[in-house]
Amino acid sequence: MTKLRFAALVAAGLMAAAPALADLVVPNLSYRTGPYGANGTQYADGFNDYFTLLNERDGGIGGEKIQVPECETAYNTEKGVECYESTKGSGALIYNPLSTGITYQLIPKVSVDKIPLYTPGYGRTSAKNGKVFEWVFNAPANYWDGASVAIKYLLDENGGDLNGKKIALVYHNSAFGKEPIRTLQDLSAKHGFTLTEIPVDAPGQEQKSQWLQIRRDKPDYVIMYGWGVMNQAAIQEAANIRFPMENFIGIWWSGSEVDVTPVGAGANGYKALTFHGVGMDYPVYDDLKTHVIDAGKASQDGQHVGSVLYSRGLYAALVISEAIRKAQEIAGTSAINASQLRDGFEQLDITPERLAELGLPDFGPEIKMSCDNHGGSGMARMQQWDAEAGQWNLITEFTEPDQEILNPLILEDSEAYGAEAGITPRDC
Amino acid sequence: MIDQLIFSAEVFLNGLMTGVMYALVALGFVLIYKASGVFNYAQGVMALFAALTLVGIQQGQVPFVHLINAIFGTHVENFGWNVPSVLAIILTAGVMVLLAILIEKLVLQHLVGQEPIILFMATIGLAYFLEGFGDVMWGADIKTLDVGLPQGISDTVEAVTAEWVGYGFFIDRLDIWASIIAAILVAALVAFSQYTKQGRAMRAVADDHQAALSVGISLRFIWVMVWSIAGFVALVAGIMWGTKSGVQFSLSLIALKALPVLMLGGFTSIPGAIVGGLIIGVGEKLFEFWIGPLVGGATENWFAYVLALLFLVFRPQGLFGERIIERV
Repeated sequence: MTKLRFAALVAAGLMAAAPALADLVVPNLSYRTGPYGANGTQYADGFNDYFTLLNERDGGIGGEKIQVPECETAYNTEKGVECYESTKGSGALIYNPLSTGITYQLIPKVSVDKIPLYTPGYGRTSAKNGKVFEWVFNAPANYWDGASVAIKYLLDENGGDLNGKKIALVYHNSAFGKEPIRTLQDLSAKHGFTLTEIPVDAPGQEQKSQWLQIRRDKPDYVIMYGWGVMNQAAIQEAANIRFPMENFIGIWWSGSEVDVTPVGAGANGYKALTFHGVGMDYPVYDDLKTHVIDAGKASQDGQHVGSVLYSRGLYAALVISEAIRKAQEIAGTSAINASQLRDGFEQLDITPERLAELGLPDFGPEIKMSCDNHGGSGMARMQQWDAEAGQWNLITEFTEPDQEILNPLILEDSEAYGAEAGITPRDC
Repeated sequence: MIDQLIFSAEVFLNGLMTGVMYALVALGFVLIYKASGVFNYAQGVMALFAALTLVGIQQGQVPFVHLINAIFGTHVENFGWNVPSVLAIILTAGVMVLLAILIEKLVLQHLVGQEPIILFMATIGLAYFLEGFGDVMWGADIKTLDVGLPQGISDTVEAVTAEWVGYGFFIDRLDIWASIIAAILVAALVAFSQYTKQGRAMRAVADDHQAALSVGISLRFIWVMVWSIAGFVALVAGIMWGTKSGVQFSLSLIALKALPVLMLGGFTSIPGAIVGGLIIGVGEKLFEFWIGPLVGGATENWFAYVLALLFLVFRPQGLFGERIIERV
């Protein structure tokens, strides 16, 4: 009898722990601990809260509740892969690991397991080519788009001419940080500016050599591809050498509150790219307040609501939920599987009108995917830090990258990957 | 060429300053290793924990606030006061002493007589525990640390060098302060170990545990004292590095820079930690300046460890370490 009770208890426990069969499972491979925990936790909160909002306000998507089981990766590639392996059997529909290192390891795995991988603004840039990367999506923008939009911005600032200008790229010496080099080299050849590449070894707490070099070389602009402590250290060193902050531009992973706040007033005027809006001046926040925050259901007690990284996590969840909606529409069933979600992604079209309907007018660029385009338009905009007000201000509209430079690079890199991995590009 | 030499001089000076910052971290390792033969893997995390505690006290943060709110459904935020920096530093030093007492009571006391590798493993566990405990106690957010230390270029150094050599050198005022504080710290540590009863007892334990015990020195008291001092050194290192780039969990990784310093200077020498730090600091900066551009840059971590490896091959005890001769 005791054994029977025990077995019943175990079975009940398992049933309670596992998602209900009809639920849509979107694992959140997050990192709230370790050196990058301060960044990861805000993103994870935004990601969780948007799905909570859909569950609480709308009863899920198409009547299906969404389960978002979290798995801690600590931004560690091995742990990230373990998280993937341990959650994929639960009916996982999609993964968004917020790590380029983990993404590189997961790309071959998701292709075999047939589960979509969504990497907005990070991961492998050439995954934009859907002919080769059937299961990977990286809209609305990728690293190369960021580099190109930054140069376009500088062209605008300089009357369309960067000839003779000196631009330094300070980058995290990793797969992520090295991503924009080839693009910037090609853009340098096209526009006549001199590019200096300055790597910073991870984690990047000590950057004296790099900033002494910048002080000696006196570049007109510095572009940074950093993450974690590298950002705060770089912005502090730039302030220390009195580098003009308005000429210092970070990629979107170097442009959140956590990057500038420790530097205080010294960070005033620093700029960074973004592929989404900032702040809480959007109608969706009213719903979030009513259904999630005030109801006590916000992730981590809602302490990061409205921050840049929270907004990015929320935006990623929004894109995924719209893809789920599209997939349900195509498949004619609300209980979709991972393959059907992939189809939903390929036919996704988040128009400005739809974004406004969702309570985020002008929050992001239009996202229109297709069989061959898994990366959207690549549009991004510039934001600038106001240290006194303690907020980011958007200072440009969404700008399109230089596709003339980027498309051949994406084709070349994706085809090289396809040849190496034995992938025959699809006909699209 | 003249320009390059002038730039080298600037790099050299900055290397010295950076070396002092590395040495501050290495000092904590040396103190514990010298007194107990334990390589304290948790020293970097102790610096992080000390810095987190300092900011928490300074800003009137309620410890375990998220846990309290989650369990009791409250909405406590903070105490609503700001503690002056000096008082906050004193209180944090008190917390580090308490931590030392707890470590001795809960960990070390139970491992007396065990192999050094067992004690080392215990400090690995301690590092993981302390990191998680710090997270739960103070939260994972990045915190701004301001104890009134100045930052940014020194105008005096820039003006003087511009007049003397025609190029204004960059020296960070924080680094100058770090050097002064490190000098005071080392002088105080040396004076303590040479001229006080407790300091002499600490040296006696370092020389020979059994002999020290036989003359009535309490090993437990010495361990608490040494871990407390190492905790204070960790606090100083945490303040310097935390002021530089905010208090965040990557702060514990500064320990990685202390390892080559220790290999070079020796695990048992306080002056060795300083000299080792300076050599690593200057060496890596000059190497990056001269050789870095030829090999794609980012050579500093590589250089520090390669130099340390060379020392391991030719002088395993480091520059100032004691040569260990074990008879079989």
